[in-house]
Amino acid sequence: MTSSVQPVTKPTREKSRGIFTALPAAIWLAIFFVLPLLIVFIMSFMSTGRGGRAVMPLTIENYVDVFDRFISVVQRSLWIGLLTTLVCLLVGYPLAFFISTRKSAGMRNLSLFLIILPFWTNFLVRTYALQTILGNDGTINGFLQSIGLISEPIAFLNTPEAVIIGLVYGFLPFMVLPIYASVERFDFRYVEAAHDLGANDLWAFIRIVFPMTLPGVIAGFILVFIPAIGTFVTSDLLGGTRGLMIGNLIQQQFRNNQPLGSALSIVLMGMVMIALLIYIRYGDQENS
Amino acid sequence: MPPIDVELRNVIKEFPARRNETPVRAVDDVSLQIDDGEFFALLGPSGCGKTTTLRMIAGFEETTYGEILIRGKAVQHVPPFHRPVNTVFQDYALFPHMTVLQNVMFGLEMEGVKRAEARTRAIQALELVRLPKAIDRKPRQLSGGQQQRVALARALVKKPTVLLLDEPLGALDLKLRKEMQFELKTMQRNLGITFIFVTHDQEEAMTMADRIAVMDQGKVLQVGTPEEIYETPATQFVADFIGETNFIRGNVLSSNGKYITVKLDETTTMKAVSDQPVADNQEVLIALRPEKINVFAAKGTIQYDEGSSESTEDYKKALLRDPNINLMRAKVLQDVYIGTDTRYSLDIPGNQDIVARVQNFGLRSDTYFTSGQEINIFWNAENARVLTK
Ligand SMILES: Nc1ncnc2c1ncn2[C@@H]1O[C@H](COP(=O)(O)OP(=O)(O)OP(=O)(O)O)[C@@H](O)[C@H]1O
Ligand SMILES: [Mg+2]
Repeated sequence: MTSSVQPVTKPTREKSRGIFTALPAAIWLAIFFVLPLLIVFIMSFMSTGRGGRAVMPLTIENYVDVFDRFISVVQRSLWIGLLTTLVCLLVGYPLAFFISTRKSAGMRNLSLFLIILPFWTNFLVRTYALQTILGNDGTINGFLQSIGLISEPIAFLNTPEAVIIGLVYGFLPFMVLPIYASVERFDFRYVEAAHDLGANDLWAFIRIVFPMTLPGVIAGFILVFIPAIGTFVTSDLLGGTRGLMIGNLIQQQFRNNQPLGSALSIVLMGMVMIALLIYIRYGDQENS
Repeated sequence: MPPIDVELRNVIKEFPARRNETPVRAVDDVSLQIDDGEFFALLGPSGCGKTTTLRMIAGFEETTYGEILIRGKAVQHVPPFHRPVNTVFQDYALFPHMTVLQNVMFGLEMEGVKRAEARTRAIQALELVRLPKAIDRKPRQLSGGQQQRVALARALVKKPTVLLLDEPLGALDLKLRKEMQFELKTMQRNLGITFIFVTHDQEEAMTMADRIAVMDQGKVLQVGTPEEIYETPATQFVADFIGETNFIRGNVLSSNGKYITVKLDETTTMKAVSDQPVADNQEVLIALRPEKINVFAAKGTIQYDEGSSESTEDYKKALLRDPNINLMRAKVLQDVYIGTDTRYSLDIPGNQDIVARVQNFGLRSDTYFTSGQEINIFWNAENARVLTK
């Protein structure tokens, strides 16, 4: 977790030797990452042939298509991704703060263990479980009906909100862990210094604690936002058509229109890149 | 008499016990009165409770018992951000994500001072500590001495009634330390702010402070001016901690007011001063500073600078006319030449070893004694003080 916040600087001697030791990895990346990426990029500028295959000539029609027909899905993906990240932050920051300020190490480790515990179950299984919980005759509706609060089940499922619930549930640990690491490293004597200079707890948090733990926040933001906008399992199982996201489109289009699928992939990647650029710009400044 | 700025009344600080341990009494019944505009030093060895005392004044720690008053107002229930007190922390605690200027402005912004005015005042404070050029740098781009100045400016800009400094020079090298000692002292005089200065360096405390409180194991052993502390140490610990001291053991033979006569062995007695009444035959410990001891040859003549000379016997007689002079024989065990002074280890009656520091006047051969030599030593009884335990 920390390595995503703090770049590892190696001594120079290791750097020069690194060129050779990095060679296998570089070849691996070239074959399985750069090359496919290149293919997808080129395909996104090709025309659609029979059976959805990519054929010549080159065109920008696919991108026009993305922004014409699917712009609402792109927007929804961004929106769901951002909301998910925001909710994770609002829930995750206090949680991480609480855990890392526990005095007893046992308590901290136990809490972290509980945070990571859901990972022991397959993500798909957990999403199906959520489906059962949120469904019309699921746990929540059943409970609300049994205590007589509602007579008709509330349609939780197949909404963007259900997707957000699923994503927050799935990705919360990715927000909590980097923030935990940041708060853990934070020296609370700075809070004393702030108090000394006349800041109350709120101001000390706004001006000192939060800015100094921002690297963790930004790392968490990236770690949640990137998988969240690209998700297709969660949106597929919990979102239905109203919760359709760009990931689902890509999955569909690669079956019947490869160039359009490629263009959608490139757009998604563009959004991820923008997020990463923001991270590089702001996330790494302060790791003193 | 200047008004009292900070007062501690029977302050106790106990840290709760950890498993299988007794509670730590970091500060044990400390009472202090610190005057307005005073440079007050808390001096003591590591772990004696200096920082804890300071933190209670700042409001970071609660007192277990007792009262703290600032300008006559009890402050136990006042949070640190409402106390008219600012701190220069030992490791400075400059905010790493802010520039120097932002660091100094922070305290003013918290008071609600307008940005433009805060900026002006912050720059003034940085000029005061002679660091106006580095305002846009981050703390980690500064040297230790510069960081120290920023910490000082950040606290002073708030115009506190009292400035608390916790070993602020501890991280600096010796030369810079001396410079800053001088600067701090000058600044304190000019600003007229009360300084409470924590240090474990007795020389630093002596150089800078108007008054010193010597602490050990949570207790204040003595409060006084550097001169009082040095010349009339109250306890063995104080005498030992401040400068170098000889401890001479003896039994009280008789006493006459503050003067007492002490027996060192069957044939030798000495006079000393005691602030407290002592009983006959009581064993006492007498402190005597090495530089208060004078030496001269056991026989022969004494040469004076002007060229005259005197026999040692005449010289002895002249000395003994003063009833307060203690004169006795001693044997040089070791002589160490250290430039300005010579340090003699001496064996005196009663099988006790003491150290004398003699300034090297004139030519070395005239005043220098070597190990094995029998010599005369003397000192004024006023300089030999009975210690309370
Ligand atoms: N938070 C705490 N919990 C428990 N014990 C503490 C705590 N803070 C200080 N102590 C103990 O109180 C005693 C006094 O500590 P303090 O830090 O005041 O000493 P000091 O005189 O400042 O020493 P130094 O010169 O090393 O800074 C020490 O024995 C220390 O172990
Ligand atoms: Mg300390």
